[in-house]
Amino acid sequence: MFLAAAAAGLLVAGLALALLWAPEDADQGFSQRIFYVHVPIALTAYACFAWGAWKALRLLWIRDARYDLESYTAVHMGVIFGVLTLVTGSIWAKISWGVWWTWSERQLVLFLVLFLFYCAYFMLRFSVESGPRRANLSAVYALFGVALIPVSFLAIRLAENFIHPVVFTRDGPQMSGSMLFVFSVCLAAMLALFASLYANELAGKRLDARLRELREALE
Amino acid sequence: MTYFADVAALARKDLLLELRSRDTLPAMLLFVVSALVVFHFALPSDASATASTGLLWIALLFTALLGLARAFVAEREQRVLDGLVLAPCDRSAIWLAKALGVLAFLGIAELVALPAYHVFFAPVGWELVAALALADLGLAAVGTLLAAMAAASRARELLLPLLFLPLVIPVVVGGVGATVADDPGRYLAFLGLYDVIFVILSWASFEYVVSE
Amino acid sequence: MIRARGLGRRFGAKRVLRDLDLDVPAGGFLLVTGPNGSGKSTFLALVAGLLAPTEGEIEVGVDRGGIGYLAHEPLVYRELTALENLDLYGRLYHVRERREQIGALLERFGLWEARHERVGAFSRGMEQRLALCRTLLHGPELLLLDEPYSGLDAGAVELVDALFAELADERTVLVASHDPERIRARASQELVLA
Repeated sequence: MFLAAAAAGLLVAGLALALLWAPEDADQGFSQRIFYVHVPIALTAYACFAWGAWKALRLLWIRDARYDLESYTAVHMGVIFGVLTLVTGSIWAKISWGVWWTWSERQLVLFLVLFLFYCAYFMLRFSVESGPRRANLSAVYALFGVALIPVSFLAIRLAENFIHPVVFTRDGPQMSGSMLFVFSVCLAAMLALFASLYANELAGKRLDARLRELREALE
Repeated sequence: MTYFADVAALARKDLLLELRSRDTLPAMLLFVVSALVVFHFALPSDASATASTGLLWIALLFTALLGLARAFVAEREQRVLDGLVLAPCDRSAIWLAKALGVLAFLGIAELVALPAYHVFFAPVGWELVAALALADLGLAAVGTLLAAMAAASRARELLLPLLFLPLVIPVVVGGVGATVADDPGRYLAFLGLYDVIFVILSWASFEYVVSE
Repeated sequence: MIRARGLGRRFGAKRVLRDLDLDVPAGGFLLVTGPNGSGKSTFLALVAGLLAPTEGEIEVGVDRGGIGYLAHEPLVYRELTALENLDLYGRLYHVRERREQIGALLERFGLWEARHERVGAFSRGMEQRLALCRTLLHGPELLLLDEPYSGLDAGAVELVDALFAELADERTVLVASHDPERIRARASQELVLA
């Protein structure tokens, strides 16, 4: 409950600050403010995948079935934030450059690769009966995911040299102090949102499992 | 040393199976040549040599996929994999032997594909050969692990390409880059890095894929 | 040798074994009975370590090289010959005097003449006999036999009976059978699953 309230408060504060208080960008004007949503969402998605992989490692290490559910829930959240990253990035590309998609935007391309990768994660889970084997397979695949993120990032950078020259970059001037402050609030808001969604989802799934056990015990 | 004796025994068995049934290798050879011929018709006549390089990599990727889809068929029948998993040898030996087999098949397929590419499309340079050698290593390592995963699922052959393709995008980048860019060294080094990371990861995690 | 506490296993939503407590001492002979689907095979696979428990725990006193596991399937390659299959397992289990051991087992189970035939061409009974050879090849301390008489003709059934007489004193044996009359006299314990 506390987490959800904190997430809601931070979200409102972050959005208000981003829209009303943050300084106007010299080049891109008002539309640049989507930066305060897009980048924190992307970073939160990475955090979700990393959290999921950490739980996967714990599962393989300690072999406790509850880590499977935690890892799965974190990856699930990661995919939701990943899709939001793709959507907000696409909107930003449309506003800035007039196209919905650009291969020269590294972060977007990386999220497309990750989106495909983690969709396969769900296909894998749906295709194996729940139990210790599925927990192992999912955990190994989730670990491959965190190895793939930096390797793919490097690959996308290398690919730019022969596929497309870099036309647009967002590595503009350093963030000013006030921009950094707004950005931090937005990032904290997204992380709190993840934490509260994660806790909520996990509690729901655990309740489901308990209910099933009780029903079986009654039979 | 018993580890390598185990790997040798398992690899020898895979070779024996292939010699007896002749399922996989002839299919891979025929596929890669057919794919190159299809690509000739898919490419516009004014396409550059660079475009044909990309197509060569796609052809090889799908040839690898064809071989990988067959990799655990003999073990899945009759649950022989359970018998191997119960044996006291390290489970990663099963992966290593299988990956060596896949690597050998892929290498043989390329021995046919490269001369064909040379004749049909463009001359083959040393960069391409070096990039293929490094890429094969990564494809075989990751592919064998994922093939074991797919074999444990209901969807099997259907699942393998979905698991495999997102993971090998970096291999395509490194391979194509090494062949078309001015500085192949960077891309070859990147392929080497990919190999190191994913060979270690696959080797260490195979045990969890085949056991509970 | 085997100690199970609160042992349970589910497959997806289906619970196959629940809350099983059991001790089998070294040298014991456990007969596992029950109708189809009662979890006999699941129990043996849990002891073998092929499956992990979803509830409770199980301890087995030998490592996996000391276990001989006879499953429903013979766990051999259909495209290889009987000899090639046993040779592979002999290597993986690091069996000493592999050739002699394999030769003796093939003789004993009447497969010597068929040793160069592909297993795919074997009858069900021959497959089962080959599977017994594979199970015994490395001289396991703990034998897990799932329906050992399945598919065997009268002669082979007697071979298995003789085998039990020989093993019962020195090894730990777990036998699962839905038709237990043949073995009940030999068993020191019985586990009835429902």
